[in-house]
Amino acid sequence: MSAMPRVVAINTFREAVRDRVLYNLVVFALLMIGAAILVGQISIGIERLVIVNLGLSAISIFGLVMAVFIGVGLVYKEIEKRTLYTLFSKPIRRWEFLVGKYAGLVLTLVINTVLMTIGLAAALLYIGRSFARADVSILIAVYFILLSLALVTAIALFFSCFSSPLLSTLFTLGIYVTGIFAADIRGFGALTSSAFLKGATSVVYYLVPNFRNFNSIAAAAHGESIPFSLVWQNTAYALIYIVLLLIASSAVFSRRNLK
Amino acid sequence: MPAIEILGLTKDYAVGFWRKRMRRSLDNLSLEVNEGEIFGFLGPNGAGKTTCMKLLMGLIFPTAGTARILGRPIDDVAMHRDIGYLPEQPYFYDYLTARELLDYYARFSGFSAAERRARVTRVLERVGLASAADVQLRKFSKGMLQRAGIAQAIIHDPRIVFLDEPMSGLDPIGRREVRDIILDLKTQGRTVFFSTHILSDAEMLCDRVAVLHLGKLRGVGSPGKIVSVEVHAMEILFEPAEGHSLPPGLAQRAMPVGGRYRLELPEAALYSAFDEIRACNARILSVSPVRQTLEDYFLGLVERAPQATPPVEAGTR
Ligand SMILES: Nc1ncnc2c1ncn2[C@@H]1O[C@H](COP(=O)(O)OP(=O)(O)O)[C@@H](O)[C@H]1O
Ligand SMILES: [Mg+2]
Repeated sequence: MSAMPRVVAINTFREAVRDRVLYNLVVFALLMIGAAILVGQISIGIERLVIVNLGLSAISIFGLVMAVFIGVGLVYKEIEKRTLYTLFSKPIRRWEFLVGKYAGLVLTLVINTVLMTIGLAAALLYIGRSFARADVSILIAVYFILLSLALVTAIALFFSCFSSPLLSTLFTLGIYVTGIFAADIRGFGALTSSAFLKGATSVVYYLVPNFRNFNSIAAAAHGESIPFSLVWQNTAYALIYIVLLLIASSAVFSRRNLK
Repeated sequence: MPAIEILGLTKDYAVGFWRKRMRRSLDNLSLEVNEGEIFGFLGPNGAGKTTCMKLLMGLIFPTAGTARILGRPIDDVAMHRDIGYLPEQPYFYDYLTARELLDYYARFSGFSAAERRARVTRVLERVGLASAADVQLRKFSKGMLQRAGIAQAIIHDPRIVFLDEPMSGLDPIGRREVRDIILDLKTQGRTVFFSTHILSDAEMLCDRVAVLHLGKLRGVGSPGKIVSVEVHAMEILFEPAEGHSLPPGLAQRAMPVGGRYRLELPEAALYSAFDEIRACNARILSVSPVRQTLEDYFLGLVERAPQATPPVEAGTR
């Protein structure tokens, strides 16, 4: 990354740390400890399934909350508080600032996710499992979660360039939920006889990122292997959306009169 | 090459909640600031000074007109290496300490870590924040934020410094220190472009001033010429001697203020008043000229130029 965005990214990460964002890890750790102790006592043979399912779901939800709620304030807060006045008097372009803010939040999410994954691994060790080859799918599932979080962050950042945090949150979550059900929506359109509905649902399907593609939690929990082709497909899929969203964000933001 | 070249800069804002109308905040402003001069941008509140600064910084975009800074167009971000900007009522990341904040800004100029450390220490000293260097900005007072703002504007030794109301929020000592900083910058050959609504600041510092009123330029030149500050009267503050009352002639003319008296009189009558005060053993505390305030000056401007109408309606949208 070139110098300007990196400086902004590191500061964004520092802000998250000082705002005690990483404290969510404490909650996650307690959750894992509680779950590990509980399943150790009650279940026979499905400990791994329960722990992996719970752990990955928590990683995904915690990350989603963080990506949305920090993401929608990334740009908005700097405009509102006018911290951008001094920043933009430095030799930094507006898109460099956006990329820096984006990278800073993604960095925060990556570190948070890595730490939670270590917590999940510790819980698996606690319930007395040594790691096996099949556990690679847990790591792949975590990677997919990170891809989806990076994409959600890009969506939140895009909205935060021109609307209030509340609206941005609604828009971002709306797109996320629509994206989860994208395939169902198209399926519904295919069932109707209305050409309009068929068309509209297809447009939604192709426009909104299909977030279900990034969900391999079930496969990982059952120890199934995840095809490697899916890894690069998902990576490319997320990257295309992210790049387009960042370009759109900077197009909007670069023309904007600051408050 | 002029340091700053403003060519017909115009800015309309949409105002009103339901029916948006456009209001002209800056009207066809053209101005040149030479390199090495301290240039005062004068005008009462709402004149358009901040609007102009924000346009020059690329924070907002002009409705019409252009400007060049050091010969480069204002949307050329690389030119920002050579400028510093103190916004009006600056606000910073309050989770950082002053030292961290300045280090952060210095990074955009590409200094090495050692260079940044040296510069940050030096500039904190310069603006009088050395003792608060490691305090988080959330604990800063308004005056301290202003100082931090000046520090970030000069940390990279820019060729031009833009200061929007640099003295606001400062106590008399602070104002004095800021004046010294501005004069220092001039000694180092820098250009200072600062806005103020306080006439005396401009008088004391500026090589040239521009007067802005309701978005329109009303004059450019040396402060003495443009804002001819006529001394209409003198003011004497004095304290009667213990146990003495004032002679009726003096008591009639002077205004009591907290055990003291204030006497306003034409300059020609000054010395005879001294004699009267001496005669009754009163102590003179101060003698000062009563000046036209900038507000008076602008009132005069408006009266003298009735063809200048208030905010131009630039049509509806
Ligand atoms: N964002 C804005 N939206 C609408 N009007 C504005 C905005 N900013 C400034 N104005 C108006 O523009 C005029 C000039 O303001 P400003 O440039 O702040 O003046 P000054 O700095 O000289 O006090 C004022 O009438 C102000 O109300
Ligand atoms: Mg102002």
